[in-house]
Amino acid sequence: MLKGKAFKFGDNISTDLIVPGRLAHLRSNLPELAKHVLEDADPTFASRVKPGDFVVGGRNFGLGSSREHAPLVIKMAGVSAVLAQSVARIFFRNAINQGLPVLICDTTRIKDGDELEVDLEAGVVRDLTAGEKLTFGKIPPVMLSILKEGGLLAYIKKYGDFKL
Amino acid sequence: MGKTIAEKILSQKSGADARAGDIVIAQVDLVFVQDTTGPLTLRQFQQSGITKVANPEKTVLFIDHAAPSPSSALSNDHIFLRQFAAQTGVRLSEAGDGVCHQIVAESLAKPGDVVVGADSHTVMAGGLGAFATGMGSSDVAIAMGLGKTWFRVPETIKVLLKGAFSRGVYAKDLILHLIGMIGADGATYRSLEFAGEAVGRMSVPERLTISNMAVEAGAKVGLFPSDELTREYLEAHKRGRDYQPIFPDKDAVYEQVIEIDLSKLEPTVAKPHTVDNTATARELKGTKIQQVFIGTCTNGRLEDLAIAASILGGKQRHPQTRLIVAPASRTVLMEGIKMGYIPALIEAGAIVLPPGCGACLGVHQGVLGNGEACLSTANRNFKGRMGNPESFIYLASTATAAATALRGEITDPREVM
Repeated sequence: MLKGKAFKFGDNISTDLIVPGRLAHLRSNLPELAKHVLEDADPTFASRVKPGDFVVGGRNFGLGSSREHAPLVIKMAGVSAVLAQSVARIFFRNAINQGLPVLICDTTRIKDGDELEVDLEAGVVRDLTAGEKLTFGKIPPVMLSILKEGGLLAYIKKYGDFKL
Repeated sequence: MGKTIAEKILSQKSGADARAGDIVIAQVDLVFVQDTTGPLTLRQFQQSGITKVANPEKTVLFIDHAAPSPSSALSNDHIFLRQFAAQTGVRLSEAGDGVCHQIVAESLAKPGDVVVGADSHTVMAGGLGAFATGMGSSDVAIAMGLGKTWFRVPETIKVLLKGAFSRGVYAKDLILHLIGMIGADGATYRSLEFAGEAVGRMSVPERLTISNMAVEAGAKVGLFPSDELTREYLEAHKRGRDYQPIFPDKDAVYEQVIEIDLSKLEPTVAKPHTVDNTATARELKGTKIQQVFIGTCTNGRLEDLAIAASILGGKQRHPQTRLIVAPASRTVLMEGIKMGYIPALIEAGAIVLPPGCGACLGVHQGVLGNGEACLSTANRNFKGRMGNPESFIYLASTATAAATALRGEITDPREVM
């Protein structure tokens, strides 16, 4: 069971808003890069987020670049899952490859600061503040098996190949 | 039941009867990274437990996103890429050689290939009939090591093109129009397959511009058939033997068909801060622009330099509008000089950058000031994209960019042609 506070973002949160190109020089210094996570969407996010919290987006979360640094720094910030109405596909696959769950659900009624509880197995999000229950779409089986190992590198280390 | 181009290529490369929705493991023909995604990819490769690159001849490390390097940190990343290439025998494309996608199109990707790159605009090689797609560094690291990756076979949206562009309207206007129509997530994880009588008249450079931006609608790939014009393009680049014809089956199954009459299109502009926020250039007349940027994988080819020179040649850029030109490759730069396009643009007041990506993604060489607006021929106008979240980016064709550089405000190119 994952538990934490919702940080609400809008539609079309691009990879440029998560880790902009102007910080390209920090990409081999991940702890430093992570201090800027989502900076251009919310400059206070990095200092307020606590381990376990959730990033909650609207439509088309993570659109843009293939830079895997985007889900990587979100995970490094301690975020336990990204919730969004829809997600760009490169970001989706990258997040799962980094062992960061991405849950597709109707996030419109989740408010910034709401306390959430996520049951990954049951596919349920409980908004404890609003007293509401949401269900999220199933993660495809291939991706679920990668997520269960903690990401693609761990998966390949274990199996040596794709076992689909 | 027939197959789409995506289904045909993924069937061929997986040995399975690949149909939309299936999960397949496909052989990968070409793998590449660039200098802002490559260091992470190579470190992940080293941590993966895989000891050898599957196919070093078909693995390329490009130094193009920060080239030449603006900082010691990025220079150190470049050292790492060079050392890895020396140790493993993979290919290295040096600073100044050009933008990865342009070199992939000129020299590397073949029709029918599966190409994976650690860069979202890898989709551009779809213009040659390659199943080419951007992936993150973990996926690319494993594809480098195993020579294969997994795909969900995408559903296909057929974009049926008819008619011909009217004067002043280009491939860029078409793709901006399409994205404006279906939205920045309108083709999420779909294959966009371009078809119709107009495709047979569309040059490969035009197709590359269109495929390049397929990802801006969320698409997995943007595929053109491989036809006689593809063969001519490959022959012109001294690799005619890489040609094979690829067409979808007549009875292929499409999720959706979108028809576009090219003759009805107008010069189109994407406004800040999303690519689907489109308007016509006419509607935006009067919008002041401090910087015009002509270049990138989307519109930095010889054909673009020719258009820009035809509009700006013998004239001067507007005094309040900087003009930056970045040819997409060394070959484009050399040809542009020989053809007189580059000298004409320099005389018109342009700053010519070395071939590379830096300005487009805000690393260096064209970062905007607070409140400034840039009209760019690139593919993205996200907030902060060109290095400053307090600035504004408009996207348009090379002709619209050149006309805007002349007038200092967004200008329909038909006014100056």
